[in-house]
Amino acid sequence: MKKLSRLYLVLVFIILYVPIIYLIVYSFSQGDTMTNYHGFTWQHYRDLFADPRMLAIVADTLLVALLSALMATAIGTLGALSIQRTSKRVTRDVLLNLNNILMVSPDVIIGASFLIFFTTLKIPLGFGSVLLSHIAFEIPIVVLMVLPRLREMSPSLLSAAEDLGATTHQLLTKIILPFITPGILAGFFMALTYSLDDFAVTFFVTGNGFSTLSVEIYSRARQGINLEINALSGVMLLFSLLLVGGYYLLQQSSRKRRARKREVTP
Amino acid sequence: MTKRNFWGYFVPYGLWLGLFVIAPVALIVYQSFFNLDHQLTLTNYADYFRSGVYLKMTLNSVWYAFLITLFTGLISYPTAYVLHQLKHRQLWLLLVILPTWINILLKAYAFIGIFSQDGLANTFLRFIGLGPHQLLFTNASFIFVATYIQIPFMILPIYNALDDLNPAFINASQDLGATHWQTFRHVIFPLTLPGVKAGIQAVFIPSLSLFMLTRLIGGNKVITLGTAIEEHFLTTMNWGMGSTIGVVLIVAMIIVMQLTNDHTKGAAK
Repeated sequence: MKKLSRLYLVLVFIILYVPIIYLIVYSFSQGDTMTNYHGFTWQHYRDLFADPRMLAIVADTLLVALLSALMATAIGTLGALSIQRTSKRVTRDVLLNLNNILMVSPDVIIGASFLIFFTTLKIPLGFGSVLLSHIAFEIPIVVLMVLPRLREMSPSLLSAAEDLGATTHQLLTKIILPFITPGILAGFFMALTYSLDDFAVTFFVTGNGFSTLSVEIYSRARQGINLEINALSGVMLLFSLLLVGGYYLLQQSSRKRRARKREVTP
Repeated sequence: MTKRNFWGYFVPYGLWLGLFVIAPVALIVYQSFFNLDHQLTLTNYADYFRSGVYLKMTLNSVWYAFLITLFTGLISYPTAYVLHQLKHRQLWLLLVILPTWINILLKAYAFIGIFSQDGLANTFLRFIGLGPHQLLFTNASFIFVATYIQIPFMILPIYNALDDLNPAFINASQDLGATHWQTFRHVIFPLTLPGVKAGIQAVFIPSLSLFMLTRLIGGNKVITLGTAIEEHFLTTMNWGMGSTIGVVLIVAMIIVMQLTNDHTKGAAK
């Protein structure tokens, strides 16, 4: 029984990882099909880095991801602060439910409704509309990452600071923000991955001139196999691993810090 | 914090709620009442319910989403269960999450290669003597790839539910003479049902709207609600009808949320 269950687990993991490994293996294959390995080459990576259109799209994608994640983190943190401050339970529940609408809505709905929204307001489709959409769908996850940290904060900490004469500004920068920094960083990382991962919303609001990696991969994949995409996935996999690694280290260090604090205060 | 300052903090978030949460939903409902000539009308809804095409497409989409959710659940529950008994389970869990960090389009693209005439899948089929088949652009390949993409999103909530389960219940059940199967059937499964429901929520709704997979893997043979919306908005430019289908998708979403939410709340009380 035990052996059988292990075998099952191994099988599931093989299925989970075969496509990814397959992509990467063929990024090093000569020729231009994803069948019959033709021998090792760096050619597709060289092509990728010599493709000015592709490089511009990579730069655009990273720019949108960074800018939108920064903005979403700022707005989302303010949102979490104000949700936490509302004293009425009903208001808070309503705000939280509204916050979660974009989390549960299917991508196509978000994309289609944003497209109507931008057209109604006559906002031109392109970099601006994509950036605004990414900020919009990243805010709720930031709120959800920051709120638990705010809840952990004891109210006596705030009253103590207020009693000692701290201004609102000091309260925010000296007490609240340092305490919730791990949540803010986690929110920023999640926002970054949401942005890099998104395809459907961007596809709706991108218009003609502007493209992100996902949209570019989609249009190239519709034309068939192109091993440059494999090379691109190799680069993106490396980038994701770095992000996951960074996020993991961040969590570990905050967990250690918390554990240390517990030792100090019995 | 003074009240005045507090409102200052709320402004950006409040603006976002108004402009990007409430307004778009209102706009999509509003748009669904307009025809191609920008006249206020109910024809979109009349068309939707009267012409069999849309209803059939909706049923089809729900059926595929159901199959995808079913297969994902059947594969994920045992996986989460075995995973939860492992020694280094945190590490294994990280390995389950890792594939979700890879862009969904790259995963779909990988399957274009794997399912092609001389791809990995056909090589394997030939090896076990089942000969090559046309795999790409079939309904089965669409379901397979969608299931593949959704598996981690089902494993995680089930794993968390198993983690929350108090082992004392299992010990008690075994002490009282229940067999492994009885313990699972009457103790473990009912207590982890909230996790399964969360998983269904996370898988079923997106499965209704996976339009990129129907294009890349399904070869336009499968039309989901998502595909229909994308086509009406970006190809035929009939936003009114697209919005109507969008409203249907929103209603479907609310129904699924209600079905999977209420019971857990009742149990918690």
